[in-house]
Amino acid sequence: MRKLAGLLLGAIIAISSTAMAWAADTVKIAFIDPLSGPFAATGEQGLAHYRFAVDELVNKNGGVLGGKKLEIVPFDNKISAKESLIQLKVAIDQGIRFIAQGNSSGVANALTEAIKKHNKRNPDKRVLFMNYSAVDPALTNAKCNFWHFRFDANADIKMDALTDIIAKKDDIKKIYLIGQDYSFGKAVAAAAVKYIGAKRPDIEIVGNELHPIGKVKDFTPYARKIMASGADAIITGNWGSDMVGLGKSVLASGFKKPIYTYYAASTGITKTFGADGKGPLKLVQEGMINPPASERAAAYMKAFKAKHPNKDMGQPRIANVVEMLAKAIDKVGNATDMVAVAKALEGMEHEGIFGSKIVMRAKDHQAIQDVHILAHTDEDITFDLDNSGFGLKVESTVKMAAADSATTCKMKRP
Amino acid sequence: MSLAGETNASAQAGANSVNWLRLLPWGLAVVLLAILPFVFGSGAGLTVLNQMAITIIFALAYNMLLGQGGMLSFGHAVYMGLGGFFCVHLMNRVEFDGLWLPLPLLPLFGGLFGLLFAVIVGSFSTRRAGTVFAMISLGVGELIAACSIIIVAFFGGEEGVSADRTMGPALLGIDFSSQKEVYYLSACWLLISAAAMYLYSRTPVGRMANAVRDNEERAEFLGYSQRKVRFMSFCASGFFAGIAGALFAINFEILTEENLNLATSGSVLLITFLGGVGFFVGPIIGAIVFTLLQTVLSLFTEIWQLYLGILFVMTVMFFPFGLTGLIAIHFRPYQLGKLGTLIIPYALIAGPALGFALGSACVMEILFHARHAALGDETMTLLGVSFNSHSPAPLLLAVAVAGLSVWALRKLLPAFKDAWDEANHAGDAS
Amino acid sequence: MSLVLVNLLDGLVTGLLLFMLCSGLTLIFSMMGVLNFAHASFFMLGAYFAYQISTYVGFWPGLLIAPVVVGVAGALVERYGLRRVHKHGHVPELIFTFGLALLIEEVVQFFWGKSQMAFEEPEILKFAAFSIAGNAFPAYKVFMIFVAVGIFLALLYILTKTRVGMIIQAALSYPETVQNLGHNVPLVFMGVFGVGTALAGLAGVMAGPVLGTFPGMAVVLGSIVFVTIVVGGLGSLWGALAASLLIGWLQTFAASYNVTMKDVLTSVGLSEPADLATSALRDLWTLTLPQIGPILPYLLMVLVLAFRPQGLFGKRET
Repeated sequence: MRKLAGLLLGAIIAISSTAMAWAADTVKIAFIDPLSGPFAATGEQGLAHYRFAVDELVNKNGGVLGGKKLEIVPFDNKISAKESLIQLKVAIDQGIRFIAQGNSSGVANALTEAIKKHNKRNPDKRVLFMNYSAVDPALTNAKCNFWHFRFDANADIKMDALTDIIAKKDDIKKIYLIGQDYSFGKAVAAAAVKYIGAKRPDIEIVGNELHPIGKVKDFTPYARKIMASGADAIITGNWGSDMVGLGKSVLASGFKKPIYTYYAASTGITKTFGADGKGPLKLVQEGMINPPASERAAAYMKAFKAKHPNKDMGQPRIANVVEMLAKAIDKVGNATDMVAVAKALEGMEHEGIFGSKIVMRAKDHQAIQDVHILAHTDEDITFDLDNSGFGLKVESTVKMAAADSATTCKMKRP
Repeated sequence: MSLAGETNASAQAGANSVNWLRLLPWGLAVVLLAILPFVFGSGAGLTVLNQMAITIIFALAYNMLLGQGGMLSFGHAVYMGLGGFFCVHLMNRVEFDGLWLPLPLLPLFGGLFGLLFAVIVGSFSTRRAGTVFAMISLGVGELIAACSIIIVAFFGGEEGVSADRTMGPALLGIDFSSQKEVYYLSACWLLISAAAMYLYSRTPVGRMANAVRDNEERAEFLGYSQRKVRFMSFCASGFFAGIAGALFAINFEILTEENLNLATSGSVLLITFLGGVGFFVGPIIGAIVFTLLQTVLSLFTEIWQLYLGILFVMTVMFFPFGLTGLIAIHFRPYQLGKLGTLIIPYALIAGPALGFALGSACVMEILFHARHAALGDETMTLLGVSFNSHSPAPLLLAVAVAGLSVWALRKLLPAFKDAWDEANHAGDAS
Repeated sequence: MSLVLVNLLDGLVTGLLLFMLCSGLTLIFSMMGVLNFAHASFFMLGAYFAYQISTYVGFWPGLLIAPVVVGVAGALVERYGLRRVHKHGHVPELIFTFGLALLIEEVVQFFWGKSQMAFEEPEILKFAAFSIAGNAFPAYKVFMIFVAVGIFLALLYILTKTRVGMIIQAALSYPETVQNLGHNVPLVFMGVFGVGTALAGLAGVMAGPVLGTFPGMAVVLGSIVFVTIVVGGLGSLWGALAASLLIGWLQTFAASYNVTMKDVLTSVGLSEPADLATSALRDLWTLTLPQIGPILPYLLMVLVLAFRPQGLFGKRET
């Protein structure tokens, strides 16, 4: 039996190494995200956008290093930390030096630790971590390292931007904070308390609570508490079914005031909220979808929609990851010296396709960019989500949000 | 390793006298484990091997409950996970507080911690077998998994706890920074644990576990407390699960909530059952096959979990003794010297069987692609052939292949059954 | 006070929804002695079928057709799957239903993908039936309460007052005698399994618009259903009702009141450690009731099993 297993294993490795030799003239990026299981919809959207972005933004314009193409190699991590580490090993074994991951801060924490250890133990096979979505602030603070780059605005930055807007709304006197009971939910709550306290000390935080993640079947009791507290606005970092459950219960209980969210869009969520969410539902995100930032952005999104009519461009920043990485590789002149590529990315300034300048801050590898407050609506929507007619429209913008914010990162450079 | 499990225990009544032939499988295992890294030296290959070793220990420990003790647990990941979490914390003590603890000894502590927890939970959960035990294990499993999010100080919340294994005192200049060193450590502990579990099943306590599984009342009449016997099996199983957890901690250097949850507990049940619960080697085969399926299938197809589910349900329905049972039923024809007569019947049905499996897999792949692929992306590649998944011809072809294979199988099966009966029949054809 | 009333009503809805699931499961268990791990998966199938039907002909036909389809699927599973495994004993049966649960989740993803479906309550019930102190109570939930109570009464009537119910009850205790009397016991089993899964399907149709229709909906509810029937006593309809309501209210009230461990601990005279951020007991001090709400049912089950294995209303041991 073991022999058979051995033979099989040999076969896999043989297959994977021939695949490697066959496509040796491309620069590969490993996409490690869920492609099966409950979060696969998000992973698949990300993968579709990545593939589209490398083709549209880089390969069509001549690729990198004078003709090499960028290639996305998908790895299914089943949103498990353990699987991600296995897939990371497989990717490194195939000679891939760039790792893109985004869904779940837990996975990102595991990956950044593993990559740090790997780069220390194998200086000749170093890899870089392009984090395009995991927004736990710790990744660019206490747990930062030289190999990790974050292209999304982190939870603190988004909250900084959001509270800038809230501070201007005088009718908000009471705010209810609710989130999932884990690192990200806690980070959102802590940031909200901090920034609201600093910008609008008169706002009362009438509720600050965490609920178990993915375990609450019915959010009605929470909705009742929110109603009873007399809150003028809700802030939540919930995502997935926890976002849908909370939102539906709150709306069904008769809540008509703003619900500020991080992730209440796409992968079925926009469609599920539909007309009910119009008015209360707001989102804080980078990337300007409606109205399109430019002709180029509109053409880009239109081409994406033509290719993937059932998918959305839910994570606009992916375009920035691809463009900035390509720029850095071209600047260094090779895709093997990871220290040099990382140094090229550090401090890079880039005009993003979605209308914002992006600065990769050197001191903590956190991208600084415009952050928008978006409204869930069906008016003036050029690009809707879930083909529902509803989409996200920019309501207000914070330019280069939190550009001078502090970080506890003590970057160790090789 | 010996194929002879407790089901044919009577065949080895003279097991007390040292039988060198019986040590042969173990010797082979040692040699095989030693040379494997030279065959698969790559990082990914070693990672798969390490994962296999850990899964094997865990599945063997689980089978001490399910196969040998007749106790169905839906929460066994807890003992592996807790052992692992404890070891991660120990590694951190080594790194930050200067605790002197060589890494190779760590699994022992993981095992002891798993044992400690098994003693606590077992004290009330093993009072009864059957459904009560299953439900308590489910409840405790869910409780601990939920606690892992709440008790952040120990479990680290959602992102888990990580550590660096290389910070311990280096023995003989080995600091375990390379995968190969970790592999040999895992392999050693695999051998130690497997041998210990095998020997345990031969002790009077291990034998009594079987007796209690088969008939509680009779065992009581013999003067054994069924509850005590179950408790002993449970604790031993917790100990070895803890060792598996420690090896997980060493290999992955991180433990998270998923090490404790129902999905992990469920997959070890799946692995053990797939391999065959009635045999000592069952879980080993199950673990190897499962790990390979998980790694290989997910490389080639998006719907690998669907195949896995089908395989599992089929196994429960048609081969309740698992893959090992499938191998074991050839033992009698082999003894009768008639294994050779089965080659032709097998060769005859192999074609249609393969045709059916491939045909129906193609049907599913085409349907899945047609339903979920991006618009305009209508070409898909199956078995090296590219075609349009939206046109009916390939689908009809796949359906036809599957249908024809079923027809052929139905035609061929009676003859196969006759040949099979004949091969299992002592003496000449009657 | 008005909030207590609202919570009581919300808990009632949760509890009755749970009861719709549990009634089928407990019926199946009492007949066949098998705990159907895939019960919540049939619940999910109900929601998905109803969604699919509702996209063609609207919600109401779906409410009627989907449970029937689920029931037929359940009966087929009994006939061609469970009956085959039955001869190997109860453990393989349990494992079979466990595998079936995994398989159904995969099948659902195969056909409907992994995103949430936009399955909504019918327009006609999309209004607030009444509101208490500003808390709207949707008409759909009132409808849910009526359906659940209707099911309970119908089951009670069928089981105790009709001839079919007599046969079922008899087949429960003396299957062989009933068989000898000329009744087709396997057919009764198949029927009970079909009806039980159809009830789960109906619960799914009702719950889909409220709790969301997504591939994880079975897992979220899966083990809580077991907890309920184990706590109530396996095989007892009254027990299932009582335990469902108990757990419904337990979860609602636990989520509604922010009792913190800090208050509890200080009230018994302990003082908060100064170094809370690094203390090993920091999680104990920051614990709140809503945080532990979802695990209370499991705690309840472990306690019940350890001290009263027959459950609250059960007559025999599991």
